[in-house]
Amino acid sequence: MPLHLENLSLARNGVRYLDRVDATFRRGRLTTVIGRTLAGKTTLLRTLAGLQAPDSGDLKLDGVSIASVPVWKRDVAMVYQQFINYPHLSVLENVAFPLLRRGLKAPEAQLRAEATLAKVGLSGFAARRPSQLSGGQQQRVALARALAREAPILLLDEPLVNLDYKLREQLREEFRGLFAEETKAIVVYTTTEPAEAMMLGDEIVVMHEGRILQVGTPVDVFERPASTAVAEIVNDPPMNILPGAVVDGRIALGSYRLALPAHLSRLAAADYRFGLRATDLHVDPASEIAGSLVFAEISGSETFLHVETAFGPLALQIEGIHDIALGTQVPIGFSTERLFAFAADGALVVAP
Amino acid sequence: MMPKLYGLLKYSVILLWSAFVVAPFLWALTTSFKTANGVTGGPTYIPWLQYEPSLTGWRSLFGGAGGIDIVKPYLNSIVVTGSASAISLVLGTLAAYGLSRFDYRVGPAKNADVLFFFISQRIMPPIVLAIPFFLMLQFLGLLDSLLGLILVYIALLLPIAVWVMIDFFNNIPRQIDEMAMLDGCTPFGAFFRVILPNSLPGIIVAGLFCIIFGWNDFFFAFTLTFTDAQLLPVAVVALNSSVTPWWSLSASALISVAPLVLIAFLVERFLSRGNLAGAIR
Repeated sequence: MPLHLENLSLARNGVRYLDRVDATFRRGRLTTVIGRTLAGKTTLLRTLAGLQAPDSGDLKLDGVSIASVPVWKRDVAMVYQQFINYPHLSVLENVAFPLLRRGLKAPEAQLRAEATLAKVGLSGFAARRPSQLSGGQQQRVALARALAREAPILLLDEPLVNLDYKLREQLREEFRGLFAEETKAIVVYTTTEPAEAMMLGDEIVVMHEGRILQVGTPVDVFERPASTAVAEIVNDPPMNILPGAVVDGRIALGSYRLALPAHLSRLAAADYRFGLRATDLHVDPASEIAGSLVFAEISGSETFLHVETAFGPLALQIEGIHDIALGTQVPIGFSTERLFAFAADGALVVAP
Repeated sequence: MMPKLYGLLKYSVILLWSAFVVAPFLWALTTSFKTANGVTGGPTYIPWLQYEPSLTGWRSLFGGAGGIDIVKPYLNSIVVTGSASAISLVLGTLAAYGLSRFDYRVGPAKNADVLFFFISQRIMPPIVLAIPFFLMLQFLGLLDSLLGLILVYIALLLPIAVWVMIDFFNNIPRQIDEMAMLDGCTPFGAFFRVILPNSLPGIIVAGLFCIIFGWNDFFFAFTLTFTDAQLLPVAVVALNSSVTPWWSLSASALISVAPLVLIAFLVERFLSRGNLAGAIR
């Protein structure tokens, strides 16, 4: 049975952190909530946990309202973005702490804590204090404490964001294995990273400015973003959104005219906003579309180019390392087959 | 070569500082065993060889001729300082936790104002407080009583406890309280099971401040007592006469500072342990 959020709203000091949020989280499923900073993700989790009371709306677990159940009775496990552990307790005692609070006998709690520590790869560290561990290990302790409880609701608030890149990749992999075993719990995981959301989530909830913009499978959300806002949030770098129109059976982008590709052939003549992923753009000396390079960043094996064109800024992600002087006119090629078409109000019309 | 030189330098400095700190104690110790002749004979430190040791100074503290009986004021001081510090510490810790974690409104006053109310008790010079305290204790019939002194000292020590502890609690991430509640603790449970054990260094510092301030207070002990509830600092003053009895004063100085030194040694190891490191990140 599921956890239902009904019309949850929460505002503080004029900022809407949650704005009429409706959602359903099911057991045995990992839902990733993706959104930028301040999208309301943390507030959403804190409201589910009972750490914050919504201004209005209701929370129902298996049809029973839990909105007035205090935190300590709600049986929700949570992992924070910061590595929160009890500094005065050993690693083992940290993991056993919630078990003892819920009435488990000490020997039983210890066994379960040890088993969970083994699961997260911290078997040899049971006697240490959290302060004697690295950041990644501390976060594993926090995770073990949350997992050991076998709580019906498990919340993870950007648990990897404070770790370095390599550890993040590694832990993300491990999380996948750990959560695959969670067949009874409702797992909600927030992140700002599209890759993380897609990789871990059975289902993705896209949040923006306190509202839920779209709910769907990773493929759904990635291939058919409901709006330009979603398209920007679930792509890294964000999808390029170009103001344009369909005029006389052709695509108009600034002064450029392009033939309508097959998937857009039924578009009526009107103003549109065309979406194009940064990875679908390339440098093409043969192209007549060009723009001036305003910014370039090299990240490992890829180069990001930010180009100012007559119809707006474009971000390109191209393979390899390219050293191009700023201000250079960069000829840009892309296939119109890859164009998304959004209505003037941002809603998706056609996806490639 | 360099590390060796550094070590030598380090220990030289420590040695020098230790001598600087210990010398007055040595001086007081030897003086307490001297008589008028021994004191006027210049700085001498070796008994029997340089001066004739005498118990006059120490005797005068325990009912000896021309002296006082220090036992009762001493016990009074221990009772008053001990109970006032303990009560201030308990109340102050609870108050500070409340002010650190919850939002209060007393009329137009918010948390910061409540905190300032506490601190402001210590802004006024003691003389300003002495008159109202005197009248209040008189009204309650508690002048020259240990209970009256304890009440006054709580009023004086509570702000210190609140001030030290609120700073300490503010530095413990709120997420730790939240985590404890998520793990099944009530708000009180979170405080007792998680916050309090992690606040030990702060509690020790606050307790130390309370004990030192309480133990050393002269002014209120002087103005609010006559004979029955005399405290140590007031009793010691009675030793002074036309000829300053350095030997008695030295003995009383040593006996007065003894409990503080003892406590300092006991809590030193708790203070140096970085207990909270690694709580967050």
